[in-house]
Amino acid sequence: MNDLLVADSVSKNFGNFRALNKVSIAVPKGSIFGLLGPNGAGKTTLIRIINQITMPDEGTVLLDGQKLKPEHIRDIGYLPEERGLYKSMKVGEQCLYLAQLKGLSKSEAKSRLKYWFDKLEIGDWWNKKIQELSKGQAQKIQFVVTVLHKPKLLIFDEPFSGFDPINANLIKDEILQLRDEGATVIFSTHRMESVEELCDHIALIHKSNKVLDGKLNDIKREYKTNTFEVGLESLNKEKVLSEIQNTFEVLPATFRNLNDDIKLNVKIEDNTSPNDLLSFLTSKAEVHHFVEVIPSANDIFIQTVKNN
Amino acid sequence: MNHLPLIIKREYLTKVKNKSFIVMTFLSPLIMIALIAVVAYLSQLNNDKQRTISVLDETGYLKGVFQDTDNTSYTNLNGLNLDDAIALVKEKEDYGLLYVSHADSIDAVSDNVRFYSQESPSLTIISVLERKIEKRLREMKLQKDGVTLDQIEASKTSINITQESFDGEKSSKIDNVVKLAFGGIAGYLLFMFIIIYGNMIMRSVIEEKTSRIIEVIISSVKPIQLMMGKIIGTSLAGVTQFIIWTILGGVLMFVVSLIFGIDMGQIQTPQQEMMNQAMQAEGAQAIAENLIIAISNLPILNLVIAFVFFFIGGYLLYSSLYAAIGAAVDNETDTQQFMLPILMPLILAVYVGVFTVIEDPHGTVSTVFSFIPFTSPVVMLMRIPFGVPLWQQGLSLLLLIGAFVLAVWFAAKIYRVGILMYGKKPTYKEIFKWLKY
Repeated sequence: MNDLLVADSVSKNFGNFRALNKVSIAVPKGSIFGLLGPNGAGKTTLIRIINQITMPDEGTVLLDGQKLKPEHIRDIGYLPEERGLYKSMKVGEQCLYLAQLKGLSKSEAKSRLKYWFDKLEIGDWWNKKIQELSKGQAQKIQFVVTVLHKPKLLIFDEPFSGFDPINANLIKDEILQLRDEGATVIFSTHRMESVEELCDHIALIHKSNKVLDGKLNDIKREYKTNTFEVGLESLNKEKVLSEIQNTFEVLPATFRNLNDDIKLNVKIEDNTSPNDLLSFLTSKAEVHHFVEVIPSANDIFIQTVKNN
Repeated sequence: MNHLPLIIKREYLTKVKNKSFIVMTFLSPLIMIALIAVVAYLSQLNNDKQRTISVLDETGYLKGVFQDTDNTSYTNLNGLNLDDAIALVKEKEDYGLLYVSHADSIDAVSDNVRFYSQESPSLTIISVLERKIEKRLREMKLQKDGVTLDQIEASKTSINITQESFDGEKSSKIDNVVKLAFGGIAGYLLFMFIIIYGNMIMRSVIEEKTSRIIEVIISSVKPIQLMMGKIIGTSLAGVTQFIIWTILGGVLMFVVSLIFGIDMGQIQTPQQEMMNQAMQAEGAQAIAENLIIAISNLPILNLVIAFVFFFIGGYLLYSSLYAAIGAAVDNETDTQQFMLPILMPLILAVYVGVFTVIEDPHGTVSTVFSFIPFTSPVVMLMRIPFGVPLWQQGLSLLLLIGAFVLAVWFAAKIYRVGILMYGKKPTYKEIFKWLKY
């Protein structure tokens, strides 16, 4: 078993509304798995099923090969999108309480909290109330509480919201470090640039169905269209342009760069190699820019959602 | 994993450490005592005020009827005519003028009595005057028929029926008063407790929703554990507060009465004055003795055990519903529409308790309501001092427990779905749908 979490055709209805329709995902051990989808697609429902907050109507969820059971709560750390803390409770007391609910002993929780508070340099917040902290500060506490019991599976729903870029980076590094230490991460967000940065695998849920699933690189390979960005310099602009248009399919440029005379996107046939295009171009003009267009996670997201 | 003790502890400590809770706990008895002291002081002032009532009796029948008392003195204005008398009373700023105009016979007097005053006179004073006149006229009529005053005096009898049950248990009127007092206090206490601490539970559920911590918590514990933890923790805080109130109230009462020398027992109104007079006839000594006997006649053990069980059962039943309401809404203002169905049976129980149990503790109405789970805690607690067969208590308790289990199931369902619902105000229809999720 190389997958830490396997959901097998999971369905969930709320009255007449089908929130999840036979969704299956497999999250490999030690990966960062992006769970994507437009608002209201059913991501949160799936995450709540994994956390045993709601029960699925059909289908099974396996954690480490075992059917989900109440003891698994200790193995999961969940940072929900709708999150908060008891406002009038002191930071220290609150962290201890939440850690104990996850099954840590009080002394164990204390020593781990000390480690994290020192690491994030927030030790002097211990006796403050949550309402005295800023939103970003409270988010840090929330992050610590989520990872404190060293769960095998970490689920982050929009973990960076409310953080300034510096702290967002700090948290991103912590997530990567946790992954390197062996944790598996499910990561749900609408910020595609962080998907790009962090995720190995992604699954896309749209209108209660899974519409896309796999390694991010494989998906990108699948979605690329053999299109190349081309920037040329030539004194005879019109002639070169018409020659290219006669040989290849030319699209409007989607990139920016400095002072090239000719900016194009060129699409080649499947049986044509990029080298053929490149040698054609070098024979006509001076090549300044030649890059294959790799679809971004953002493009893939928008395209998939539109097509479904 | 059983997190219940942990949750109870947190709920308890949060409530008890809350500033407004602490302030309320220590301030309420102070305020109450201060209020009582002020009322006592004012009523003493009021009692010290002398009232003067002028009497103009043209018939002469009422001679010697009006004797001065501590608060009221009577002035005789005989010989004046009505207009002069009124002018005089006005000038003297007397309380009022009792005027009995000339009548040919004793029978005719009854229509000829009037009372003139600046403001409308108090009901008590008028009825005191009426009774005095009635008594005199009755005596006069009897005398006319040849009965002597001594005979009238001798004909007065006072009856105190001694009640005895078939088992040989003796009781008296005062017994019933004591029973009513015990039942009433127990029922009312439960009523207050449910309203105060049920609301507290509801608020704390809403707080978890608005602070958005709820999803974090229920990814660690089962919603029903959280709910029960809240109910129990808050109740313990409530019991703590009640105990402090009782102790503090008692001590303060003692201290205040020592310092100010105000005898709290002597807060007198004219009504009480009349009652006191009646009681003096029976003898205060005898009453005190009867009181002690009456209390010792109560089924104390039964009362205590039943109180504990019905109190806990009733409280848990209602508080789980409060928790469900808290889970269903986003903020306190939205709770109004759901409060009515909870408050209705509770208020009904108190009314049934007060009106029918007093009249007939074992009648159909009180018996039926002492079985219906939503009213049974209050009504049964009021009935028990009058002696309720054990099987009835047992059955009622069983029904209560059954209803409680059902209510917890129902509340847990709503709670489980409701705590994750944000933004919209649910309708009854929607909540009903949640039961099926």
